[in-house]
Amino acid sequence: MAIAKNVKISRRGLLLGSVAASGGLAVGLRADGQFAHAQKAIGASGDELGVWVVVRPNEQVVIRIARSEMGQGTLTGLAQLVAEELECDWKNVTTEQITPGQSLARKRAWGEMGTGGSRGIRVSQEYVRQGGAVARTMLLQAAANQWNVPADELTVDKGIITHGKSKRTITYGKVAAAAAKLPVPDPKSMKLKDPKDWKIAGKPLRRLDTGDKLDGRKVYAIDVKLPGMLNAAIKACPVFGGKLTAYDDAKIKDMPGVRHVVRVDATTVAVVADTWWQAKRALDALPFTWDEGAAAKASSATIAETLKEGLTAEGDNGANRNGDVAAALKDAAKTIEAVYATPFLAHACMEPMNCVAKVTADRAEVWVPTQNGEASLAAAAEASGLPLEKCEVYKHDLGGGFGRRGGTQDYVRQAVLIAKQIPGVPIKMIWSREEDMTHDFYRPISQCRMAAGLDDKGSLVALEMRISGQSINAYANPSVIKDGKDLRQLQGLTAEPSDAYIGYTVPNLSITYAMRNSHVPVGPWRGVNTNQNAVYLECFIDEVAKAAGKDPLEFRRALMGKHPKHLGVLNAVAEKAGWGKPLPSGVHRGIAQFKGYGSYSAAVAEVSVSDRGKVKVHRLVFALDSGHVVNPAQVEAQVEGSVAYGLSAALYGESTVKDGRIVEQNFDTYELLRIAEMPPVETVLVPSGGFWGGVGEPTICVVAPAVMNAIAAATGKPIRSLPLKNMKLRA
Amino acid sequence: MAKLNVNGKTLDLKVDGDTPLLWAIREQAGLTGTKYGCGVAQCGACSVHLNGEVVRSCSITVASLKPTDKIVTIEGLAPNASSAVQKAWAALDVPQCGYCQSGQIMAATALLKKTPKPTDADIDAAMTNICRCGTYQRIRAAIHLAAGQIAAPAAKKV
Repeated sequence: MAIAKNVKISRRGLLLGSVAASGGLAVGLRADGQFAHAQKAIGASGDELGVWVVVRPNEQVVIRIARSEMGQGTLTGLAQLVAEELECDWKNVTTEQITPGQSLARKRAWGEMGTGGSRGIRVSQEYVRQGGAVARTMLLQAAANQWNVPADELTVDKGIITHGKSKRTITYGKVAAAAAKLPVPDPKSMKLKDPKDWKIAGKPLRRLDTGDKLDGRKVYAIDVKLPGMLNAAIKACPVFGGKLTAYDDAKIKDMPGVRHVVRVDATTVAVVADTWWQAKRALDALPFTWDEGAAAKASSATIAETLKEGLTAEGDNGANRNGDVAAALKDAAKTIEAVYATPFLAHACMEPMNCVAKVTADRAEVWVPTQNGEASLAAAAEASGLPLEKCEVYKHDLGGGFGRRGGTQDYVRQAVLIAKQIPGVPIKMIWSREEDMTHDFYRPISQCRMAAGLDDKGSLVALEMRISGQSINAYANPSVIKDGKDLRQLQGLTAEPSDAYIGYTVPNLSITYAMRNSHVPVGPWRGVNTNQNAVYLECFIDEVAKAAGKDPLEFRRALMGKHPKHLGVLNAVAEKAGWGKPLPSGVHRGIAQFKGYGSYSAAVAEVSVSDRGKVKVHRLVFALDSGHVVNPAQVEAQVEGSVAYGLSAALYGESTVKDGRIVEQNFDTYELLRIAEMPPVETVLVPSGGFWGGVGEPTICVVAPAVMNAIAAATGKPIRSLPLKNMKLRA
Repeated sequence: MAKLNVNGKTLDLKVDGDTPLLWAIREQAGLTGTKYGCGVAQCGACSVHLNGEVVRSCSITVASLKPTDKIVTIEGLAPNASSAVQKAWAALDVPQCGYCQSGQIMAATALLKKTPKPTDADIDAAMTNICRCGTYQRIRAAIHLAAGQIAAPAAKKV
């Protein structure tokens, strides 16, 4: 874990996720239970063994978790990795969350807290395993000291230390207090187990966090109750970039429960009431005038025109090129051309954006569902005007994240701005679903123009892809764009080496990006740009294979000789799915592969299309090579989850723009997949070792192209834009 | 004021009649296991039982309820999550983020009461609650498990 010492930490620095530290401040509080006030000073009790583990005299093992849990199972996986090296008894394991304030106070001892980019396990795995090994080493040393024997004569199994020569045993709990007084060994000096020797990690253990999700006990941030708390409903100008010019609070101030009407910032107003329902009802009755600004004229059609211009414009904002595509296309025996398009998409987390904030003259605290606790801390500091040291964030497990609750903590900023105007009173701000859909950071819109050249044997000699669309970095993180180049928008299509590089070798290749931004805010959305880019590449490859008269699987294999790991998952999925074997009448297959988040994914879909154009997905088979697998049951759950999220988007997902604002404001118009449309999912895990890839996001990008290719196989016509609900699949 | 029978207790709630049952349950009764998802009866996160039927509490006003109506929320379903549905949910580790699961469990419980041995088509028709994490495959399996139609998986021992 990289920790820069003696660097002055700034709010901006934390927002950007820079690794920096400053020392010396009081240990914060931990949110725990219904009243979120269990005051526990982590590390102050002197019982910790390194920073990751506490063992209690009653044998309870407390493993600290710095990453956020939003359903993806990272909490359980990280605990398995620590417990593996610790050699404790898994049934004694519990976990506790580190707060961002605690981490900052100890020079970011727990490393990065951000939980996005499928990094929760793969980026933490080494230092959390070292943390488990450090604790084990200290416990063994304490036993060795007590028995006056060399530590290397001891063995340990499930938290029971044995000295074979003298036939003595003692448990972790009995030596924990003495162990905690020993010097902490250098984590980097720890020798970690070979994954083939794992007993706890690598196994399909039950999640540690299921129990309180079954009976309503679990306290999400939206459920937090604090003494004297008031509730806020909020509305921002629906046109992005518009302003709130006036509102008539006299009209609502006598409504039941209403306590305050608060201007939050230039675009936003909030009503604060005894209950949220009262606040919402009053807000709905509040007369506003907006200055909607220039963007009020924008629509999906005007944005599409801007993107279309980028398809043929000069220059680029990033490229992956080899050979001479123009010449090769000119000389090709056959050329194929197509233009594809994908829409903006909202995240639609089940738990709407919310945050509880309490601000006094010298302290700002927030209770929040966040994928990035340090970004929440920075937002609280920024909005309150207080230094980081006077702010604290109590992270609650999220009711869905999917990228919405990451670096851009708009809802924390708003809650703090409201609470600052009502000092000392805890304010729970909840967005209505309509507000949530109207003010998302949408999956960026893009179009892609493609051309391919085949030689007289039907081999691919040239591939051109021109992607025109919006840039996440330009909106969220412009400082990372150097010289106008933004390769993030080519995720999955860039050259080796990278987290997400293209798995095909084409002698003449040109993949370029034209940045065309709209006024609509964009951000990461589970799988981010692999989603759109896999649709473009993998559906077009099928079109080209068809033009070459070749089987889509064989056509791909011929291009993948230099990319054995991409090919490995393709072969694994083809075998599991029975590619080429007979199917029931009317059912057709489609295949796709792609790399993202350091992992390799492939899928086969079995689909039928009714005479009236209704799609039914009968089966989806996946292969995933994530290098290592920490909990196969949870990895499979993530693959299943990626189907629901990805298939929702492919079938229905679309946030359209009219009069500068988003049209789809609730689930009646933004349709989402339900159980009846969820196909059976089969997953083959083929971890090939030697690297650590992500799990939460990699497979989502192959869902849509596999299904689209199967539809094209069924109808004979390629699908070139999404969502499918807008397509006439049968004439 | 409203008199509501929630989980077997009669509660006198200080609430206006146009308040949706969901918000009376969450904010006045203090039972937060029932979730707000959409407010328009689309997602089912707010599902509770009303006289044994599963309903979407976001779209029922308190004024439309009688003191004799029996409302059961996730907290009142069974002591210590001991119902067959809850046990099946635990055995298959159904929840991911968990936010929609109160509603899913209430819907599944109502389904099994009416249709003790549901087919997949019965499940498709009855289970219209939205889950964004995508736990549907495990929900389906857990309903069949709770119905005794499939065997419980062996728990992995460490």
